[in-house]
Amino acid sequence: MLLIPCPWCGPRPESEFRYGGQAHVVRPPDPSAVDDAAWGAYLYLRDNPKGRHAERWRHLHGCGRFFNCVRDTVSDRIVASYKPGEAPPS
Amino acid sequence: MTQPFRIPAGGRIDRDRPVRFTFDGAAFQGFAGDTLASALLANDVHLVGRSFKYHRPRGILSAGSEEPNALVTVDRGAGRVTPNLRATQIELYEGLTARSQNRFPSLRFDLGALAEVAAPLLSAGFYYKSFMWPRSFWKRVYEPAIRRSAGLGRAPVEADPDRYLHQYVHCDVLIVGGGAAGLAAALGASATGARVILCDEQAELGGSLLSEPDVTIDGWPAPDWVREVLVTLGGSVTLLPRTTAFGWYPGNMIGLVERVTDHLAEPAAKLPRERLWQVRAGRVVLAAGAIERPLVFPGNDRPGVMLAGAARTYLHRYGVKVGRRAVIATADDSAYRVAADLYAAGVAIAGVVDQRAAPDSEAIEAVRALGIPIHAGMTIGSTEGRSRVHSVKLANGTDIIPCDTVLMSGGWTPSVHLFSQSRGQLVFDAASGTYLPSEGAIGACAGVFDLATCLRDGTAAGGSEPRSFAVAGVPVMASAGPPVAAAPNRRAFVDFQNDVTAKDLATATTEGFVSIEHVKRYTTTGMATDQGKTSNLNALTDVAALTRQGVEAVGLTTFRPPYTPVTFGAFAGPFRGKLFAPVRLPPIVAAGAVLEDVGSWKRARCFPRDGETIDAAVARECLAVRNDVGMLDASTLGKIEVAGPDAASFLSRIYTGDFASLAPGRCRYAVLLGEDGFIRDDGIVARLAVDRFHVTTTTGGAAFVLHHMEDYLQTEFTGLRVWLTSVTEQWAVIAVQGPRAPEVLAPFIPDIDLGAMPHMSVREGHIDNSAIRLFRVSFTGEAGFEVNLPSVQAQRMWDTLRERDVTPYGTDAMHILRAEKGYLIVGQETDGTVTPDDVGLGWTIGGPDFVGKRSLSLPDLKRTDRKQLVGLLPANPAVVLEEGAQVTASSTSSLGLARRSPQTPGFAAIPGASSEDDAGGNARSHEEKEVVGRAFAIGHVTSSYRSPTLGRGFALALVAGGRAQIGSKLLVPMPGGSIEVTVTEPLFHDKTGERLRVRPVPRPAAEPLLPAEVQSAPVARPSGSVRLAALAPTTRLSVRAGSSAATAIGLAIGVLLPTVPCRSVISRDRAALWLGPDEWLIVAPETASDLAVQARKAVGDHPASIVDVSHGSQTLEITGHRAAWCVNAFCALDLDVRAFPVGMCTRTLLGKAEVVLWRIAAEVFHLHVPRSFVPYVWACLEEARLEFTDAEVV
Repeated sequence: MLLIPCPWCGPRPESEFRYGGQAHVVRPPDPSAVDDAAWGAYLYLRDNPKGRHAERWRHLHGCGRFFNCVRDTVSDRIVASYKPGEAPPS
Repeated sequence: MTQPFRIPAGGRIDRDRPVRFTFDGAAFQGFAGDTLASALLANDVHLVGRSFKYHRPRGILSAGSEEPNALVTVDRGAGRVTPNLRATQIELYEGLTARSQNRFPSLRFDLGALAEVAAPLLSAGFYYKSFMWPRSFWKRVYEPAIRRSAGLGRAPVEADPDRYLHQYVHCDVLIVGGGAAGLAAALGASATGARVILCDEQAELGGSLLSEPDVTIDGWPAPDWVREVLVTLGGSVTLLPRTTAFGWYPGNMIGLVERVTDHLAEPAAKLPRERLWQVRAGRVVLAAGAIERPLVFPGNDRPGVMLAGAARTYLHRYGVKVGRRAVIATADDSAYRVAADLYAAGVAIAGVVDQRAAPDSEAIEAVRALGIPIHAGMTIGSTEGRSRVHSVKLANGTDIIPCDTVLMSGGWTPSVHLFSQSRGQLVFDAASGTYLPSEGAIGACAGVFDLATCLRDGTAAGGSEPRSFAVAGVPVMASAGPPVAAAPNRRAFVDFQNDVTAKDLATATTEGFVSIEHVKRYTTTGMATDQGKTSNLNALTDVAALTRQGVEAVGLTTFRPPYTPVTFGAFAGPFRGKLFAPVRLPPIVAAGAVLEDVGSWKRARCFPRDGETIDAAVARECLAVRNDVGMLDASTLGKIEVAGPDAASFLSRIYTGDFASLAPGRCRYAVLLGEDGFIRDDGIVARLAVDRFHVTTTTGGAAFVLHHMEDYLQTEFTGLRVWLTSVTEQWAVIAVQGPRAPEVLAPFIPDIDLGAMPHMSVREGHIDNSAIRLFRVSFTGEAGFEVNLPSVQAQRMWDTLRERDVTPYGTDAMHILRAEKGYLIVGQETDGTVTPDDVGLGWTIGGPDFVGKRSLSLPDLKRTDRKQLVGLLPANPAVVLEEGAQVTASSTSSLGLARRSPQTPGFAAIPGASSEDDAGGNARSHEEKEVVGRAFAIGHVTSSYRSPTLGRGFALALVAGGRAQIGSKLLVPMPGGSIEVTVTEPLFHDKTGERLRVRPVPRPAAEPLLPAEVQSAPVARPSGSVRLAALAPTTRLSVRAGSSAATAIGLAIGVLLPTVPCRSVISRDRAALWLGPDEWLIVAPETASDLAVQARKAVGDHPASIVDVSHGSQTLEITGHRAAWCVNAFCALDLDVRAFPVGMCTRTLLGKAEVVLWRIAAEVFHLHVPRSFVPYVWACLEEARLEFTDAEVV
């Protein structure tokens, strides 16, 4: 079971969290201005990297906040976690 | 004489406590402290099992968990039969009943041994090669026969009556292995003040030191040194014997399984049989030791052939001689110690066969001095004997040595299974030919076999300065070199448990399998429960030689958890029966109801009267609603309070529809979409005030909708000042529906004029001084109300209405009534691919943008031939269609299962694919022509009932282009023939909505509800060292606010809201608990009922959400020295008082329930539990504290 560092509550067991998919996928501010292909890409296209992956998690059974993690998909280690709006660590 | 092979003195058994047991029905005697294996050997029983594939007679190979042969079934009575236990790990207890496995009719005369005649058919990968003809025989003849004859013990079929528990534990240092290195590490670690756990799979801690009476450490004989160390560690280190570290999982979580009662003749019922420890370790020190390798020679599996070190363990630890006359076969000096010790105990040593050319060391000299012949540079050519070895023939082909025991040692393989599971890097050590952990291991596990070094390394690994111990009595020995490859021979076994021979490995490589992972799977070497403990390195060495490469080039296969088998009971733990999943009960106990599962809720399906069938009850309930008045417990509906100045704007982006135009006091039906445009949920959005909404969700969708809203609020629409609070459990809902609903309700709600409430409106008022929210809404098509009242008052209201002849109705009637009106149920009419327009809800769409709106204009979602919601009336009114049945356009005998083509209505075209592609002259177009003229499914029935109101069957269906087909006839093919149906609009009752029209209601004098029955709090089992209690009700507020409003609220209500995460502030009789960066729970005495009003006044212009949630949850208190331990049986947090100090609070999971956990004092926890989860959480905590109660379980 992963130990996930919530930016507010500190490290917590994975069972308290819900996975939220790839991070930094921004909803188009005016969806009606986006053509069908671009909207389809926003809906369905996601990265599938081997290695570091920025992803959203929510501390569902804790403080309830969404935040972002960088997780290494090879080692399953979480490299960093940070609050929404913050840039991913380089 | 019993126990003929027990030596007169010595060993760690208790000779004053004889223990009787049976093996295959024969009675034997051993001593307390024996294992089943040692007791059998003391009684000269060597044949204990039959091998997996060839049914060869097998004896006891080892003295530990690496045992591949001696697998037996232990029978403790019905439901307590455990197969495949290693005899070397079973502790003897009075009355132990054990049986051998995989033999028929008996162990000695096993018909299955004929398999050996068929051995050429059963070689490596036989299931790909043999038994191929005739083809049909594989499934019906060969496979069943092979499965029957292969394998191990039989799994029991009765339910397991034992209890199993889980335990979450945190520590700084987890030491795996309680031998010399592990004990030294524990000494080193405990000296630093760290939290230390030491576990070992054996009954007694001490490892190999327990078999070393002649070795001294700091002057103590080794077994006595162990005893002294354990006394020292006892106060500060958690010592776990009988506990196997079976798996290493991400985040340094190690799974341990503790066998709590298997060694007891009569365990106390309050004890769990096993406890699964989930240990989150800061650091893991692996002191798992090493496993002796067998030598691979023909006939090396005959009973009487044993690992040399095991013979020494049986001698020194259990006082058992493993035979009268032994031949030692070795590649390692350690076997010479075995020879010397057995000789001293009176065992004749017929010779040492050493495969090394010129072995020479202190240990060897000692053996030579005893006059024991040593055959250097020699190996064993074969063994003879049937159920016991009686001689060996040396590889020179001439020397035959009579013996009853062969002791072999191919050197020692560090036990790296756990390290491998941790994805640690294993490093090949050329000198020993073994793989070693790159870090974190000590002692033999790290390839270190010198005792003094093990002890010194151990203290350092524990975190202290390295400490030296004075070790005496160990002769200087040379370690074995790398293993030597064996000649391919089909009686030379590499993997005993899976019956894999050196010949099988050669076959596999000859057939082209080069990768060790492929060889493993093709031959099954190193697989299954054994995980290659004794075989892995020998197999590797053979494959390396066969493929002419170095062992390090071949690489190691991945070890899989569990290290040794773990029972399903341990994994399931307490989560079975009533704790399998929370069963949530609504706040109303509906007497006489037939219940059904709706999500995790139990809801009333209907209320049959005496002698009434369910169908009759449902029909009666439907008619009562249509003609009189009925009531439904709708409390399970999800409810979310949405508050803040931007609440309307937020809801307009989440639901279809524009809520800026919704006046306070009015409701609107709304649909919630995913961003893909498909319906996810629906509900009523009610505007209580300009900045406050009460939103309902479906019963099953409540958690999802809240999560979905929080997602967009926190991550997309971040500028909005809105807060969400779940009030599902705060409010009970009684839907009162039917022509008489207004007059029935009016006397109890004097402060609301029901006749002045338009359809789709909401009012706040009172029933018996309790604040209520009254909705004029209808899910039945009749005039009606949904009364939201505090959940504690719901039962009184229900009972009062029942006394006024309001007919209770259940979910079955509710489904029929809503279907007659064409109201959809999300998940029944919708399946995640349905848009609002598909189900005739295009009218709900409004506003500039909402989640999913953009997708509705994608070409595929605008197709006119999409499946649309229609009604179906069977031509024969007595027919009720099957839900899920397909709908076709014309007659067919193929049940409408014809292939779909891209031209078929309902076929989801791939976005972006052009119509030219579809019309292309490819092979598919030929198929399409075949379809023409044949019927295919154009839709399916989503809901179907017999309507008591219409007096006939009717259905809702999704049909391609359905709205254009209203009035036409379609078919529903069924096995008995096609059923003709007429397509209608999805509305069967009161098509004009006349019955929803509001009429004046007389305003009678106010009447009280029935008096409240005294609610009895749950009563805990007799108290022991842990007490459990349900506390009196309190006032609770959920506060969500920015920092300035939080300050103002704190000042107004007399307790400051903490800003430090997960901390609480207590001021006099009230407390504020931090639950999130903008969320607090305020707890105050029940009498402070106006707290919400005070708080709302205080915030002034600062936006905030203040919601009274007093009735949504209940507080449980658990107290006592082991309170944290009991919570940790179900909660994964670190509850050590240093990690979770007094005053800390957090939302977390207890089992499968979300609770707020708050530490009031070092040994006192409060749990705020959502109302419907109280029975579940209570039962969890009772289960955890059972072993600390005074009373025995009944």
